Amino acid sequence: MFTEENLKKVEEIKKRYPTSQAALLPVLWIAQEQFGWISEDVMRYVAELLGLPYSHVYGVVTFYTMYNKKPVGKYHIQVCTNVSCMLRGAYENLEYLEKKLGIKVGQTTPDMKFTLTEVECLGSCGTAPVVQVNDDYYEDMSKEKLEKLIEQLSRDRK
Amino acid sequence: MEQIKLILKDIPELHRIEVYEANGGYSALRKALGMKPDEIIEEVKKSGLRGRGGAAFPTGMKWSFMPKDSRPKYLIVNADEGEPGTFKDRAIIEKNPHQLIEGALIAAYAIGAQTIYVYIRGEYVKWMKILQNAIDEAYSRGYIGKNILGSGFSVDIYIHRGAGAYICGEESALMESIEGKRGYPRVKPPFPAQYGLWGYPTTINNVETLANVPVIIEKGGEWYSKIGAPKHPGTILFGVSGHVNKPGIYELPTGILLTDLIYKYAGGVRNNKKIKAVIPGGSSTPALRGDQIEGVTMDFDSLRNAGSMIGTGGVIVMDEDTDMVKVLWRIAKFYWHESCGQCTPCREGTGWMFKILDRIVKGGGRPEDLDLLVSVANNIEGNTICALGDAAAWPIKFGVQRFREDFEKYIKFKSTVLVEK
Ligand SMILES: Cc1cc2nc3c(=O)[nH]c(=O)nc-3n(C[C@H](O)[C@H](O)[C@H](O)COP(=O)(O)O)c2cc1C
Ligand code: SF4
Ligand code: FES
Repeated sequence: MFTEENLKKVEEIKKRYPTSQAALLPVLWIAQEQFGWISEDVMRYVAELLGLPYSHVYGVVTFYTMYNKKPVGKYHIQVCTNVSCMLRGAYENLEYLEKKLGIKVGQTTPDMKFTLTEVECLGSCGTAPVVQVNDDYYEDMSKEKLEKLIEQLSRDRK
Repeated sequence: MEQIKLILKDIPELHRIEVYEANGGYSALRKALGMKPDEIIEEVKKSGLRGRGGAAFPTGMKWSFMPKDSRPKYLIVNADEGEPGTFKDRAIIEKNPHQLIEGALIAAYAIGAQTIYVYIRGEYVKWMKILQNAIDEAYSRGYIGKNILGSGFSVDIYIHRGAGAYICGEESALMESIEGKRGYPRVKPPFPAQYGLWGYPTTINNVETLANVPVIIEKGGEWYSKIGAPKHPGTILFGVSGHVNKPGIYELPTGILLTDLIYKYAGGVRNNKKIKAVIPGGSSTPALRGDQIEGVTMDFDSLRNAGSMIGTGGVIVMDEDTDMVKVLWRIAKFYWHESCGQCTPCREGTGWMFKILDRIVKGGGRPEDLDLLVSVANNIEGNTICALGDAAAWPIKFGVQRFREDFEKYIKFKSTVLVEK
């Protein structure tokens, strides 16, 4: 299931640790990059690849919040609402995004373009409120900035 | 107090290895490799350096716990940075990654580690790239790898990416996570120096702690020990957030007045409002009331005497309009979400605290809820495997005591005022 290139990466990663189990988190990251989320099939595949029981892989995937247990939209919008962000308007931002995207926290738009998630402190409290879209941080976010960002992301038709 | 910068220096492009070298970078490593490991540990002990990851444990002493046998040994750099209100490690990785790498190399040599893992939180993709780039540069110059600078000492550095779990910042959960498991903290003892990664001796240090090490080797422990508060010397990268005019990171000597940090450096409170509360060291440290911060200095002893803790140095300032019930509600939600669920008092207690607070903010609070909150917190405290339990209990317990009027208003008026503006 992994591409040739990813299989090579797995071999490289295994060399960093004395056990193949330790390669599990990095290999799950590779899986998520390739498939976008971690399905039961992917878990079974990773389990076999690393010689681990499926139940172990399942336990790990479900423990860590960043492994997607279901498909997410092309843009995964993650809004920090922890204290420093809350003090500077994170909940208003979240409400605004719910309205703008027409979905509730935890949902994905029907066209699979946007998923909206509420997350814990992103380690960026000095530039609160903060929103993460896929891998990128957007800091000091006002409603105006969010509006621009969503419009820009909506325009891309790929 | 004079601002002195040991880590976040005002040198443009310092993240590039040429610039770092041109400013004396990696000379501390060279010097350290000419010393005996024990001499390095002595120097760090003399410096008085204490961990910047939250517990302020003396670093030299921690290193001295590592056994001197020939088993494999590990150093872990804790870059999980999950404590709400904390954003300093990412600044070090961004602005001065080589000083972190150099500090980690010196530490590895001192404790006899052959492998260094940097455990970095999963969201820090950009900073992972910056750090990997710096690691690659250092490999290519012979600072990392086999027979470093001809010393016979060899070590490798690997980045291990977390995947979204605050508990994995706790050192034993972190080791479980590197081993490819769920992040369940281990029962201690045995401590990591005896039984760490895969059962081998391991030392875990915070990013900022290690970034101080090259300075100590370069200038000497004695020199370092004279900066800031005598019992907790050095500089700290204070991260100030919340209702201040200039949120950000301020590297300052320990012992600086909390009020100076807020008013002189962070630009004071927005709209000239008064301060209602300050969380001095990340969300695990109990909030102080505005009338409790006068004369408090930013170091271990002063904050403990004031009724809180230095924690990570992440200072969250809240103005007079802040709804403290809502703040404590949000903090309780966090710990409930992040409890790994292994110990009953923590798993159940964090859930109860959140449910009670949730009922209060939704207007259904009862007068007896306040004592109930304190009693649940008391039942968590000291009865758990790891320190997350205490970290969840203390802010709520002291919060109910210190901001009782806010709670009483909620309960009396069934208020559901929101906090933000
Ligand atoms: C729940 C919990 C979360 C923690 N998160 C972090 C973290 O994100 N980064 C960190 O350096 N230390 C964290 N710590 C502290 C570590 O367990 C450990 O004490 C620290 O990394 C040791 O480094 P130091 O001695 O250099 O401070 C956490 C502790 C607990 C109980
Ligand atoms: S105190 Fe909480 S987080 Fe720590 S081990 Fe127990 S249940 Fe897990
Ligand atoms: S509280 Fe939002 S980034 Fe820290």
